[in-house]
Amino acid sequence: MKVGQTLEIAAPREAVWDWVSDPERYLHFMSGITRWQVDGTRARGLGARYRMLMRVGSAEIGGLIEVVEFDAPCELAWTSVTGVDQRGRWRLRAVSDDRTRVELRLAYGIPNSGVGGWLAERASAPMVTGNLRRSLAQLERTLRHEQLREAAARRRAGAVS
Amino acid sequence: MPPTATTSSNGHGSAPRLVPDEPVVERMARAARRRIPAADLNERDPDFIRERLPTLWLLMSLYFRGEVRGLGNIPEDGPVLLVGNHSGGNIAPDMWLFGLAFTAYFGVERRMHQLAHNAVVSFPGLGFLRKFGTLPASRENAERALDRGAALLVYPGGDHEVHRPVWERNRIDFNGRKGFLRSALRADVPIVPVVAIGGQETSLFLSRGEGLARLLRLDRILRLKVLPISIAIPWGLNIGDFLGHVPLPAKITVEVLAPIDLRAELGPEPDLDEAYALVTERMQRALDVLAAERRLPVLG
Repeated sequence: MKVGQTLEIAAPREAVWDWVSDPERYLHFMSGITRWQVDGTRARGLGARYRMLMRVGSAEIGGLIEVVEFDAPCELAWTSVTGVDQRGRWRLRAVSDDRTRVELRLAYGIPNSGVGGWLAERASAPMVTGNLRRSLAQLERTLRHEQLREAAARRRAGAVS
Repeated sequence: MPPTATTSSNGHGSAPRLVPDEPVVERMARAARRRIPAADLNERDPDFIRERLPTLWLLMSLYFRGEVRGLGNIPEDGPVLLVGNHSGGNIAPDMWLFGLAFTAYFGVERRMHQLAHNAVVSFPGLGFLRKFGTLPASRENAERALDRGAALLVYPGGDHEVHRPVWERNRIDFNGRKGFLRSALRADVPIVPVVAIGGQETSLFLSRGEGLARLLRLDRILRLKVLPISIAIPWGLNIGDFLGHVPLPAKITVEVLAPIDLRAELGPEPDLDEAYALVTERMQRALDVLAAERRLPVLG
């Protein structure tokens, strides 16, 4: 099953990239994600591995994933090593200097799981899509708050000087 | 001539070898014991489990609206004894829900076994359970699984608890069985209590039918101390539940509690009665909280 969500965010592409490429921040903005833990010594970049879980229905589903594409600041993709078969991808495209179109895609399934697998993929799709939609909305809110904090800090610095 | 004890091939300990003029009941019991499959830990098939996860997920998420909390309390690796309260008659949906949640959380690569009553593992058509890692319930099999580094799920209350009447649905009742404590102490592994609610609302369970089981000598033939009586779909009056039933779509919630290290809490040589009270009281407390959260039967 392949699902995806797109959102235009009022932030420069590099600022968005800082968030989506940092595993430490995933639990802060990814909806439904209950674990995103670095596995091994490499925390970021090509070949980095994470143990991830997403709550979908009555189970937390995921497994060990590995980053297979890391093209800063526009493309990050991962694929599963264990657990549910999955491919995920962040696509960041600059609309202007301070606006970015963010797309999050996820393809998942379990081969040879028959009719049950086919039905489960379709039944879970709205839940997974909802998680992706809420994740992008939360990312947008987080970046907006970050910009507000930075602007406030600049104003404070200006007032002091 | 008295029966001579011998060792069975299935890891069950002794099975009596009997003389030709043995009573009919003993002959039937021996025939039933022959049906119990040999316990082979290697029969667990991770690919088979993985391919069934979506169907299980579908059933547990949409039909039972299953919810499992606290999986993070289970140690990340190594052997562990998962001790649950058993509900829902022979269908036992909470067992399937927990199995799904555990496997999705840790992956099929983490070895997990379950102990089940001999009548379940030897019942025709249920051979597939062995691919899920189900073993006939015995202390030898528990020790084998724990020695192999597995997470082992046991339901000490067994048939006694799973067929309790519906008005006892929020009661932990292991019937005084303490074998699980001996297994945990021998293997020196933590006990992780797994408390579930909702399973006993999937039918109208009326009685364990212990008197009926004794009358029919089922305790001698099949080690069955109960012959449950319930009102269940599609049978109406359901005696024995041998063919299972269609469970009501009761909401099932499972809570995994913090691990219990018996030696750390009770000293190097824990008293079994004290350990039993410790485990069951913690589980009962958690079940009381889950029961208080529940507003309506079945709906949850």
